[in-house]
Amino acid sequence: MLEITDLIVSYGAIRALHGISLRVDAGAIVTLIGGNGAGKTTTLRSISGMVRPRSGTIRFDGRDITGLPPHEVVGLGLAHSPEGRMVFANLSVLENLHMGAYLQRDKAWIASELEFVFHMFPRLRERAEQAAGTLSGGEQQMLAIGRALMSRPRFLMLDEPSLGIAPLLVKEIFGRLVELNRDRNLPILLVEQNANLALEVSHFGYVLETGRVILSGPAQELRSNPEVRNAYLGG
Amino acid sequence: MTEFLQQVLNGVSLGAIYALIALGYTMVYGVLRFINFAHSDVFMLGAFVGWAAVERLHLPTRSFGGGLAALALAMAVCAILGVVIEKLAYKPLRNRSTLTVLITAIGVSLLIQNVSQNPTIGFGPNPRAFPELFPARQIHLGGLTVSTNQIVVLAVTVVLLAVLYWIVHRTKTGTAMRALSFNATAASLVGINNDRIISFTFALGSALAGAGGVLYATNYPSIDPLMGTLPGLKAFVAAVLGGIGNLPGAALGGLLIGLVETFVSGTRLSTFRDAIAFAILIAILLFRPAGLLGKLKVEKV
Ligand SMILES: Nc1ncnc2c1ncn2[C@@H]1O[C@H](COP(=O)(O)OP(=O)(O)OP(=O)(O)O)[C@@H](O)[C@H]1O
Ligand SMILES: [Mg+2]
Repeated sequence: MLEITDLIVSYGAIRALHGISLRVDAGAIVTLIGGNGAGKTTTLRSISGMVRPRSGTIRFDGRDITGLPPHEVVGLGLAHSPEGRMVFANLSVLENLHMGAYLQRDKAWIASELEFVFHMFPRLRERAEQAAGTLSGGEQQMLAIGRALMSRPRFLMLDEPSLGIAPLLVKEIFGRLVELNRDRNLPILLVEQNANLALEVSHFGYVLETGRVILSGPAQELRSNPEVRNAYLGG
Repeated sequence: MTEFLQQVLNGVSLGAIYALIALGYTMVYGVLRFINFAHSDVFMLGAFVGWAAVERLHLPTRSFGGGLAALALAMAVCAILGVVIEKLAYKPLRNRSTLTVLITAIGVSLLIQNVSQNPTIGFGPNPRAFPELFPARQIHLGGLTVSTNQIVVLAVTVVLLAVLYWIVHRTKTGTAMRALSFNATAASLVGINNDRIISFTFALGSALAGAGGVLYATNYPSIDPLMGTLPGLKAFVAAVLGGIGNLPGAALGGLLIGLVETFVSGTRLSTFRDAIAFAILIAILLFRPAGLLGKLKVEKV
């Protein structure tokens, strides 16, 4: 489905990724874990076109999408819910969701997907007319995910959806993500610092350290791997 | 009292024109975070298109139909000019510092002024008489004197503001403009082609400036290539006064500047009428840098 080969990315003189290769198969939840500055966000940014890789290739459904601008990448069915959520704080919740569907033409589909998102996160329905900037962090995260879904993705990328959110809301959000993956067979590439949580819901995982994949394997195996336990799962 | 109302009326109709220009500054600031100094020259070119509509295309003068047609033509031509300026001068600088873009904007402004002053390829430096586009009549209401030109200015401004409001708040492109002005990265992640929205913003702002140019010239019927400078600066002050980036703020700021200027003209301080806008600018920058309706933005991360 998605295949990254030897990806090298720099920000000016700073090399963030030193040749990363990974793949996400159809229907899978794959997680990228790793400490601060490991290159997780940079990997997602490269896929969605926010940064242009120095070299390497990104293929989606066999098609080379390396270096495409973000608005074209979305059009191919890859949605990216970015680090820090980036909801449009000055727009209402409903307008945010409609912006998610910016490239969609089918009004009936938009209406039914909106209903789906509101069903998935009922708090968003209650706050539909409210400015997104007034939502709590957890609600903004729901909105960011909802907005990504409105772009009709065939592939979903989420950057730290648990960051700064109350544990109860994190549980709710991750529950919904698992259902989404199961019911729609939607592949998800999940970036998390909360490795415990991420490995719990994922099928497969990659461990990044200073811009390199140092370990990968089925999520169950990574969870029992002593190195991973020591470094990321708190022993 | 009548005197006062008369001044209010005069001030509002002048302020309406400043508001139209100020909206262009503020919209462009909203999406690109810089002041488009060439905006006042688009305003000037709008007046010249209005002039050419009568003198070259022979639209009828002293007629509402002809006047509105000239106005529409000026808006259309200015919209295209705005887009062309953006594509040629600003788009290549997309990831450069604001200072670079600002200096380029000043350069574009000087270029337009110099080309326009050139007698062979431009209009020449001398002022020209602006034709009477609309039927000139004075209407007396109580003790008030209202000219048809003032009514046209107010009516056209109200209609344009309503259309602008509708575009910005009720259409998908307008919503995309607001999304882009809040966070350009997030906008591109939902599939918005930022360059297209930026072009659209320039078209919209420049069309309003074009309308402003024609309306201004109907009230001050002598036009020349440097006529944009002063109204442009005042409109810029209006945009800052209202809170740069804030659309209702720009409209409000324009009205206030027009009112203050008119009242100052009516006093012994009348020689300071042009200076007052800058006194206001200094006062806002000192006491309320975010403007009347603006908020100092703290982005949530
Ligand atoms: N815009 C930027 N300019 C310069 N360097 C950057 C930029 N963004 C990231 N970096 C650097 O690239 C490296 C990888 O950063 P990245 O954001 O991808 O890490 P991350 O794994 O997402 O970390 P975190 O868990 O803290 O979000 C870091 O060394 C970081 O300092
Ligand atoms: Mg990150």
